[in-house]
Amino acid sequence: MSLSREETARLADLARLSLNDDELARIAHDLAEIIDYMEKLAGIDRADVEPLSHVLNTVNVYRDDRAEPSLSQEEALANAPDRQGEFFRVPRIIDTGEGSEA
Amino acid sequence: MSDNINARLCHMTLHELHDMLAQGQVSSREITSDVLARIDEVEASVGAYVTVDREGALSGADAADAAIARARRVGDAAEIGAVVGIPVVLKDNVCTRGMRTTCCSKMLEDFVPTYDAAVTARLRAAGAVIVGKANMDEFAMGSTTQTSIFHVTRNPWDPERVPGGSSGGCAAAVAAGEAVAAVGSDTGGSVRQPASFCGVVGLKPTYGRVSRYGVAAFASSLDTVGPVTQDVRDCAIMLNVMAGHDERDSTSAPNAVPDYTEYVERGVEGLKIGIPKEFFGPGMDEGVRTAVERAVHALEGAGAKIVDVSIPLVEHALGVYYLVATAEASSNMARLDGIRYGHRPEGRSGMDVADLMSASRGQGFGMEVKRRIMLGTFVLSAGNIDAFYGRALRSRRLLKEDVERALAQCDCLASPTAPTVAFRFDEEPDDPLAMYLQDIYTTLANLAGVPAISVPCGFADGLPVGLQIMGRMFDEGTLMQVARAVELTSGFDRARPEVGGCVK
Amino acid sequence: MRKVTERDDYEVVVGIEVHAELATESKVFCGCKTDFGARPNSQTCPVCLGMPGALPVLNRRALEYTIRAGLALNCSIAVRTKFDRKNYFYPDLAKGYQVSQYDIPVAHDGYIDIEVDGQPKRIRVRRVHLEEETAKLVHAGDDIISANQSLLDFNRSGIGLIEIVSDADMRSADEARAYLTKLRSILVAIGVSDCKMEEGSMRCEANVSVRLRGSKEYGTLVELKNIASFRAVHRAIQYESARQIDLVRSGGRVTRETRHWDDARGETAFMRSKEQAADYRYFPEPDLMPLEISREWVDEIKSGLPELPDARAARYAREFGLPASDAALIAESRELASFFDGVCDALAKAGAEAVDRTDGPREAAKWLVGDVSAALNASGIELSQSKLAPELLAELIGLVASGKISGKIAKSVFEEVFASGKRPGDVVRERGLVQISDAGQLAAIVQRVIEANPGPVSDYFAGKEKAITFLVGQIMKETRGRANPQETNRILREELAKRA
Ligand SMILES: [Zn+2]
Repeated sequence: MSLSREETARLADLARLSLNDDELARIAHDLAEIIDYMEKLAGIDRADVEPLSHVLNTVNVYRDDRAEPSLSQEEALANAPDRQGEFFRVPRIIDTGEGSEA
Repeated sequence: MSDNINARLCHMTLHELHDMLAQGQVSSREITSDVLARIDEVEASVGAYVTVDREGALSGADAADAAIARARRVGDAAEIGAVVGIPVVLKDNVCTRGMRTTCCSKMLEDFVPTYDAAVTARLRAAGAVIVGKANMDEFAMGSTTQTSIFHVTRNPWDPERVPGGSSGGCAAAVAAGEAVAAVGSDTGGSVRQPASFCGVVGLKPTYGRVSRYGVAAFASSLDTVGPVTQDVRDCAIMLNVMAGHDERDSTSAPNAVPDYTEYVERGVEGLKIGIPKEFFGPGMDEGVRTAVERAVHALEGAGAKIVDVSIPLVEHALGVYYLVATAEASSNMARLDGIRYGHRPEGRSGMDVADLMSASRGQGFGMEVKRRIMLGTFVLSAGNIDAFYGRALRSRRLLKEDVERALAQCDCLASPTAPTVAFRFDEEPDDPLAMYLQDIYTTLANLAGVPAISVPCGFADGLPVGLQIMGRMFDEGTLMQVARAVELTSGFDRARPEVGGCVK
Repeated sequence: MRKVTERDDYEVVVGIEVHAELATESKVFCGCKTDFGARPNSQTCPVCLGMPGALPVLNRRALEYTIRAGLALNCSIAVRTKFDRKNYFYPDLAKGYQVSQYDIPVAHDGYIDIEVDGQPKRIRVRRVHLEEETAKLVHAGDDIISANQSLLDFNRSGIGLIEIVSDADMRSADEARAYLTKLRSILVAIGVSDCKMEEGSMRCEANVSVRLRGSKEYGTLVELKNIASFRAVHRAIQYESARQIDLVRSGGRVTRETRHWDDARGETAFMRSKEQAADYRYFPEPDLMPLEISREWVDEIKSGLPELPDARAARYAREFGLPASDAALIAESRELASFFDGVCDALAKAGAEAVDRTDGPREAAKWLVGDVSAALNASGIELSQSKLAPELLAELIGLVASGKISGKIAKSVFEEVFASGKRPGDVVRERGLVQISDAGQLAAIVQRVIEANPGPVSDYFAGKEKAITFLVGQIMKETRGRANPQETNRILREELAKRA
């Protein structure tokens, strides 16, 4: 089983990765291997097993609601590729349908 | 430095150097200077570092020397911390305040954190001298250190061979005397496999034992932070400093931290060491098999009881590992979008913000990272999530139970760390799946969360072979005991590679 | 704009999703402050900026507030829950995913009771979950250079946010507005959010569809965004339902889409299609441990809940005999309710002679929903910003009840008290407004008026009862309104009877 170019391109869009044709082709090929893994696991998968998300059994890890010092503005913006005064700056936003509320 | 010590400082172990520092026989400046000199000598042929902070290291050394002098003056030499004045290197995914932290990616080429990782802070507080940052596979994705954007790292035992990865820079630096000890990260074997290839000790602690705060995430539920050292005692000392609960990491364990050095010389008399039969099947190099079997035999000679155990599902470990690791990685890499930090592409006039992110990521990430992001996105995408990710998490529980069952019959499990010794650069298999096979012995510990150590146990074709010992949750102590016994009986005897014209 | 909103043959179906920022001191997963209006990017840290290696730690109070909100909305609280990552890219999202809750919300299956035109109705609350805020995007369009760019402030990033999702139980814009009003009054009453729509700490989206009355199937749903006030909710739903009904009637088809409410133009505009569902790749957040919410904790939170608006309104009606509508109006606003309680306390404390235990509060309620609300509306300020204090209103009520001033005079005294914050007693004294109740004094005035108005007096004797009103008016004129009306009436009739 392998993936169509269109499906691979859809994934690249979902992952916000600009990929060239060569990269797309190689990844489509590798995706087939992941599918093989998945199919092999079908042999041991059992619906009655609880999925394991954490190896530790700890629950309820909290902090108290106490304000702590933040970074300075300069520190916060220190690595910004583009900024305007006290803000990070980005080019215009074209709504994609999956974003935060506009 | 006293005359009867003919070895160079840079080749001494952490505990040897500590004793000399505490007794006033040597200063941290001398040690640090020798390590920096060693870097100058061999770095061109090893390539372990991506950032060397000479000034910071020397001023750190001076501060340590002042502290040591103070302690000695008031007769408190016994109170001098175990890593005070010791030059260490950190993998370049461990954040260092004010020092570039790149994950060896174009994406973070210019990233200078405004914060220290928890381990960085612990090491600084304990007085260690941070010499710089070690080369690695980009975002820790790889097992040869070749996906770094900077340069390759060569195995100090043979410059034609890889150091392993992804913590290849750490292992090579410690093996070549370019750092006394190192801090790496291990998601599927990234500390243990390079330690095995470079003939040094590498530990993957229990998940939650060492805080992950400030270490760039690859796969959150698998990531651990562990030391790379010259011997087992050094490993215990580093773990003493690194381990402990951190309230900034919700997955960090509150369990008490014992003094791991107390386990080192306890011997293996009466310990039961399990040999998982599935680990000794086909696919393993004969040389590796011989070295490992000899080491196990020696352990038996030292009083350990060797028992056969089984981990029937081990063949599925890699599948589960790749589904879980890529899924989590695809999400963890999402913060790297070039907005608040990171690579911003050239020629972006007219781009909208979505194009900008895609271009930033497309240009900022190398092929291996892109591949894993894509695989993970696929695993998690609508319609696949249960068949892929859900199945992986259910299988992961079965695997963990398998490991626990085996560990209920013995105190720890022994196996090779890797199926081969370090391979040549030109031997790199084209098939990424074949490369992934490098991880078959190591991923199991990450999936189960249990600790595992790689300790040199001999040679095959003149190259180091690592023995892996996997233990129960939070039982790093037993790993120290067994690993030390391997050290004593294997005849490896802290052998050091010949590199840059200087041998121990 | 179309005027017709609900037509007999079609019915509107509305579901509402509300986001409310939690009023915690620090953010939900880091220690940064949550103050509104701070300098941009001055309340951030590696965690809420999504820096490499930074990890979240849950603010316990944020969870407590979510449980509190769930309980106040009559929800069941999950025994075991967890966080999930919702993966999508947007410049305001620091990590490329939002920590949220997918399949196990903290609270589920509750309800809110509303009343529209005297008709009670129960609106089901499907779920309440906890998640994190995104950063604030400022669209820079004020000068040519920056017109094509947006600016980001991460102070808001990581503030605790609860999402409250209703079932599609509302059938009109009025019901939707009543639901939102009640929801806000509850959240404010229990102190989990200040719910200021104008500051964005409460936001709402409405899912609107229409169908033939009596139909069991739902129509195609349209999501409305950018609704920034209660008024806008009402207008947007009215507009959108009319648009859909017109569309369907003229043979068209409603498409699954998101529409943007343009408040200035008073219409909704197409924003994007939702024919294809977004692929958020939810999976359990590996950086946060699961939660087990104990029965004891839930009970403790429940017992600490303040009186909710419905219960308060019922109590006002029961204890003080307030009319249901007044009681509901006062109880719905935390500010009005606490002012009302203050007046009642002050009245009780003063022991206010002649103020009956229920008359006083009833008077207070009348003042609050009447003159006080009118004065606030006219001046455009909040009750808390005004100079009126509960003690002042209580004193005014006392002055009327004890007969010192008439109700009519009281209105004029109130105006001055509201404007100046002076004590009503002082105003009455300064302006010489004390009521004349002395029988001798009044009798003299009455006699004067009778003598000066023989015409109306004879009209009265001729059976024109109305003439009395004229004579009372003349007495009031003479006393500038200070004559005690009841006494005046009694003495006037007495005096007239003598002359009969
Ligand atoms: Zn923060």
